Amino acid sequence: MPITPEDRPALELSRVTRRFRAAGRTVAAVDALSARIERGTVTGLVGPDGAGKTTLMRLCTGLLLPDEGRVELFGIDVARRPEDVRARIAYMPQRFGLYEDLSVLENLELYARLQGVPAIQHAARFEELLHMTGLGPFLGRLAGRLSGGMKQKLGLACTLVQVPEMLFLDEPTVGVDPVSRRELWAIVDALVRTSGVTVLLSTSYLDEAERCASVLLMHEGRLLESADPASLTAPMTGRCFRASAPGMDTRRLHALLARSPGIMDATIQGGHVRLVTRAAGTPPPSRIPEARNLAVEPVAPRLEDAFVARLLEQAASPEPPPTPASTPTPASTATAREPAADVVISADRLTRRFGDFTAVDAVSFEVRRGEIFGLLGANGAGKSTTFRMLCGLLPPTAGALRVAGFDLRRAAGAARGRIGYMAQRFSLYGDLSPRQNLTFFSSAYRLRGARQQERIGWALREFGLQPMADAASRDLPLGYKQRLALACALMHEPDILFLDEPTSGVDPLARREFWRRIHALAGHGVTVLVTTHFMEEAEYCDRLIILSQGGIIAAGDSERLKALARSAQLPNPTMEDAFIAVLEGAAGARAA
Amino acid sequence: MSAAGVRLTALLRKEALQIMRDPSALAIAFALPAFLLFIFGYGVTLDAKEVPLGVVVERPSADTAAFEGKLRQSPYFETTEYRDFAAAERALEAHEINGIVWLREDFSRRMRSSRGATIGAILNGVDANSARIVEGYLQQAWAAWLADAARPGGPGAALPVAVAPRIRFNPEVRSRDYLIPGLIALVMTLTGALLTALVIAREWERGTQEALMVTRATLREILLAKLLPYFVLGLGGMAASVILAVTLFRVPFHGSAWALLVTSSLFLLAALGMGLLISTAARNQFVAGQIAIIATFLPAFILSGFVFDIGSMPAPIRAVTHVVAARYFVTILQTLFLAGDLWSVLLPNALALALMAALFLGVARLRARKRLD
Repeated sequence: MPITPEDRPALELSRVTRRFRAAGRTVAAVDALSARIERGTVTGLVGPDGAGKTTLMRLCTGLLLPDEGRVELFGIDVARRPEDVRARIAYMPQRFGLYEDLSVLENLELYARLQGVPAIQHAARFEELLHMTGLGPFLGRLAGRLSGGMKQKLGLACTLVQVPEMLFLDEPTVGVDPVSRRELWAIVDALVRTSGVTVLLSTSYLDEAERCASVLLMHEGRLLESADPASLTAPMTGRCFRASAPGMDTRRLHALLARSPGIMDATIQGGHVRLVTRAAGTPPPSRIPEARNLAVEPVAPRLEDAFVARLLEQAASPEPPPTPASTPTPASTATAREPAADVVISADRLTRRFGDFTAVDAVSFEVRRGEIFGLLGANGAGKSTTFRMLCGLLPPTAGALRVAGFDLRRAAGAARGRIGYMAQRFSLYGDLSPRQNLTFFSSAYRLRGARQQERIGWALREFGLQPMADAASRDLPLGYKQRLALACALMHEPDILFLDEPTSGVDPLARREFWRRIHALAGHGVTVLVTTHFMEEAEYCDRLIILSQGGIIAAGDSERLKALARSAQLPNPTMEDAFIAVLEGAAGARAA
Repeated sequence: MSAAGVRLTALLRKEALQIMRDPSALAIAFALPAFLLFIFGYGVTLDAKEVPLGVVVERPSADTAAFEGKLRQSPYFETTEYRDFAAAERALEAHEINGIVWLREDFSRRMRSSRGATIGAILNGVDANSARIVEGYLQQAWAAWLADAARPGGPGAALPVAVAPRIRFNPEVRSRDYLIPGLIALVMTLTGALLTALVIAREWERGTQEALMVTRATLREILLAKLLPYFVLGLGGMAASVILAVTLFRVPFHGSAWALLVTSSLFLLAALGMGLLISTAARNQFVAGQIAIIATFLPAFILSGFVFDIGSMPAPIRAVTHVVAARYFVTILQTLFLAGDLWSVLLPNALALALMAALFLGVARLRARKRLD
């Protein structure tokens, strides 16, 4: 238990700066950051990828030394006495160091011995941890053979072999499905309740931060806000609304509302548009001539609204807002005039087996032209296998699959020419400039000569990449990398665009911009297929299917799926609630 | 057991379990040396055997038949007879033969004259090394035949100077006996550095190193836990290589086992220390592997005296060879295999290895930090 007086905060950061040299220039990953964290609380360290969260975690645990400023844990200077601090903390790095060729028990034993847990206490402590994490039945299994969620729970158990005074968790829920995510949170909450542990947890999911007692909002190395979520969202009260106009295309409604005066932020969510106004006094327009039966109702503010407001405020000299919707987008202004009901992708009892394992089991669905279609599922649900078959990279074992009018079993190559693909980690060549990347990808799709130059010019203009057209792509900010990746996928004007978790970890403004582009593309007749286990991305889809164990367990728009989870206790379920409810329903049905 | 002891044994146990479950370390320790020994042992030999040789006999006689017979009996040559020189030359150009021995028409006559006979030897010099070897064999064969011929009862030639070479330590002058001990040093250089460099880079790649850093395990424990298991594994690989050398390649071993153990241990410490040093700079297995090959294997190959004689190198390069640990071990192993426990050679080289081991391990310890920067 703490030796220092109770009134000292658990963690105190005073003007901490840490710089890194990258490609000849110095970047402050953490920039004169001051904060304090009180004992026995859960603090969320929130910000997009590249905000400096991991660097801050490493500074707190003594793995990096600050260039300037001071980090004090329980009154101890971390830079001077790292070992004294380490005796009192536990840290789970982003990719926790599980030994994959050691079993669950062997991993636990290793960390218990390294942390000096007396052998006599091992059995009792392990029992507790295994009970807490539900890993009891897998004691002898090699860590490498656990699912993503179980690995993360084992990582947490190894971190907690000894109850620390302060626990640091660096993005513990990345790549973990919603069910495991919820379980991890339950473990952390229980720990704080029963042992009074102080927790600092970093995340790029803003919805997760709402569960914390206080939030440190980081952006580009600096602390934007430090407060509890309620007081952060308080100024947003009365500014958030949901608008729908039955009988009107949601994209058109969004375009109209986004241009209305007094609107700070407008996003498409399922069948409606979510609005945030600039000030609490001015409600959004309740009548728009073009939308006759417009219905606007107030909704609860979210932390993300506060973050977006703060980021917009901060962008004092904003770059001209990208207006993708107004520029006629590449693909197929011609095809956009075709009937909207054409089926562009159709899967009929699509099946893929690997040996005796059926990864995808008789999945059937249809996607129409200009639709944004989501493929949701936990790790191992069959998402990636389905996706690969749709791209023509993996032949189906059984069933029929037509993409852009081609039978993928016969003409996979021809179909691929009509598909644009953007991978999860933006597969760009970091050493090449944006212009060179565009040239390469367009040549790969057989664009030549004047046509190629025209497309490259279009991409640089359209995606605002001209200022950095000749810089190394690896040094671009994440949001720009994402734009470039999308531009590369669109060089050959595909009819169908495949996106694999396109916006996880990207800051909310970049994410909004990205989805505006995608909606604009869809408006011009491009069919978009998204795979994700990131619930916020699911909200942007017109229609979704949820996969589990190779089969579809739910389908519909996000409103319909959320309705499945609605109950007396949960009047306003989130997409995550819906996902978990659907999964639990399916598990129940299997058990029965 | 003390807390430090508990931590060290926990780390050692972890390492042992990993070695047993992940075959890559075992592959580096045993399969790689065996593989390299096979390739080099069978593939690289500085001996020439059964060299195809054309013999041009312009006027066959008893003498030419006798000389040709001598060549044919030798294990080094395989002869083909030609009537005229032009035919032999065409065969040489077609790579059917590697050399031509030219016995002119006055061969028998001049053999008995006071001027003595000469033979013409034309060799394919593209591979200069084997050409020189063939030339040497030919001269020996010629000298031996002349000596025979001069003996009473022989054809009676004018007596040339008899050459009587006596070669010590490798009486059969088998280049393999000389190459394989050097090869073992070379192979152990690579495995030693790869073992530690790769396993630590793997810990960085998998994120386990960062997790270890924040536990109470000290840096000394973490490094020792890497050094000890791979030291044992390295010695195992060493023993396997020596056994292969003696049994399969029939290289004689004249030294004592304990001298081999002590010097091998010193060398392994230096090689593993080099690996630890690489691991402080390289945090992924690909880079670690590249550095290990470039910084240890290549210098050892070229500068250890394994193939290329250090004595005949230019002075500045000769100076550089002193920082190549393999150089000392090559000398030690060649001495132990071919000569025995020759302390005047073993001691200075062992001392040099001890210094290098201390240097590499010391620098690795100083450069390693329980931090990420």
